[in-house]
Amino acid sequence: MKYALLIYSHTTDDEWEALSDEEKGAIYGEYRAVSESPNVIGGHQLESAATATTVRVKDGETVTTDGPFMETKEVLGGLFVVDADDIDTALALAERIPAARTGSVEVRPIVEM
Amino acid sequence: MIEDVFRLEWGRVLANLIGFLGDFDLAEEAAQDAFAIAAERWPRDGLPDNPGAWLTTTARNRAIDRIRREQVLARKTHLLVPDEAIEEEVDDTVFTDERLELLFTCCHPALALDAQVALTLRTLGGLTTDQIARAFLVPEPTMAQRLVRAKKKIAAAGIPFRVPPAHLLPERLRAVLAIVYLVFNEGYGGDNELAAEAIRLGRALAELMPDESEVHALLALMLLHDARRDARLRDGELVLLADQDRSLWNEDRIAEGRSSLDRAIALGGRGPYVLQAAIASLHLDEEIDWRQIAALYVQLSRLTGSPVVELNRAVAVAEAVDAETALAILDQLDLPGYHCLDSTRADLLHRLGRDEEAAAAYRRALAGATAAHERSFLERRLQELQGERR
Repeated sequence: MKYALLIYSHTTDDEWEALSDEEKGAIYGEYRAVSESPNVIGGHQLESAATATTVRVKDGETVTTDGPFMETKEVLGGLFVVDADDIDTALALAERIPAARTGSVEVRPIVEM
Repeated sequence: MIEDVFRLEWGRVLANLIGFLGDFDLAEEAAQDAFAIAAERWPRDGLPDNPGAWLTTTARNRAIDRIRREQVLARKTHLLVPDEAIEEEVDDTVFTDERLELLFTCCHPALALDAQVALTLRTLGGLTTDQIARAFLVPEPTMAQRLVRAKKKIAAAGIPFRVPPAHLLPERLRAVLAIVYLVFNEGYGGDNELAAEAIRLGRALAELMPDESEVHALLALMLLHDARRDARLRDGELVLLADQDRSLWNEDRIAEGRSSLDRAIALGGRGPYVLQAAIASLHLDEEIDWRQIAALYVQLSRLTGSPVVELNRAVAVAEAVDAETALAILDQLDLPGYHCLDSTRADLLHRLGRDEEAAAAYRRALAGATAAHERSFLERRLQELQGERR
């Protein structure tokens, strides 16, 4: 089965910038370790939510708005794609993602076509 | 007689079928088919040598028939499928006990707590959706939907049908024990059927995981509480331990509970259920050793960090030392709106002769208590207090 680990970060850009290079390096290291784990078959970090553009089509009319689809404290910051036999493997990877400590990680099965 | 066999075998047969078929709904339908056939045949032909194996084999065959029929329909061919392809010969290797796998699947943390409870009762306990709905005071369709959603999630999210590997086992076992104890406590509040079911699950767990001390301890704890069931209420009102009629205590249950506790301690267990069962056991002695109980609560408090445990410790300290010391423990607790805190405080204040404050605390407790037997207990206490003062 394939799972998406959706990484919701609670850390604002300012909070991130305030971290020392050492702290940033440690966190990057954790992300790298997860991305290099067996079962992980892909992943992307997303630019900050401030760069998002949201598109809706209502009654045939396209409405484009600046910003993410919902203004929330936790924003989708990236995702990993995992190939595993069962959810326990995906959950074990999810708890190693640094954002799980400050935000949350949602584990969602991917529909296989 | 046949009812008893059904009750005993349902969980085991269903667990085996789910393991074999990998599909909760198909397994449930097939099990129901097999039990229906048995209900018709057994009274006529007598019980088979191994009823569980008979039921499993029959259900497997029914399931295979069902799958074949659906495949045939899907292919739109007109092959003749034998309608009653039940083989009577029974293969013992087919009948492995997979109840543990099922229990860990039902209590997987990816499922909501209420879904874990419902699914455990439905699959292992064999309770009907309606029975579970009534026990938890929700409408039947709500409970049915909860079960459907849980089964869907197991399939869609890839929740494994297995006993967790060693590194996950302690945490997952804690969750399983918590569910069983929750079912027991729901039942202890009134629904005997649930408490009996929890004890059945506890016995099955003790049989399946004989080396886990906390498993035996939980069973002990439930048995020791359950032993006092008949003495706990009088005319629908709560009776305090000291006032209970000991002749109503179930001696067999106490003996079984204590031997389970001995087993847990012999396995080296010092976990939260061992401590709670030991405390429950001490409460049943003719001369209650409150110092020992208070000491066990200190250990339990250290393990759990729970203010409710501290509240119980205070009750033991009131007996072992004095009410003043106990009251000082209560003053440290942060349990806003918890009516047991107020009723305990009321009792201690009364012992210290501070009846005005005691009455106020009983009133606060009454504002928070919902269960009828607790309310009438508190009301009587308040009345007694006001009667004494007049």
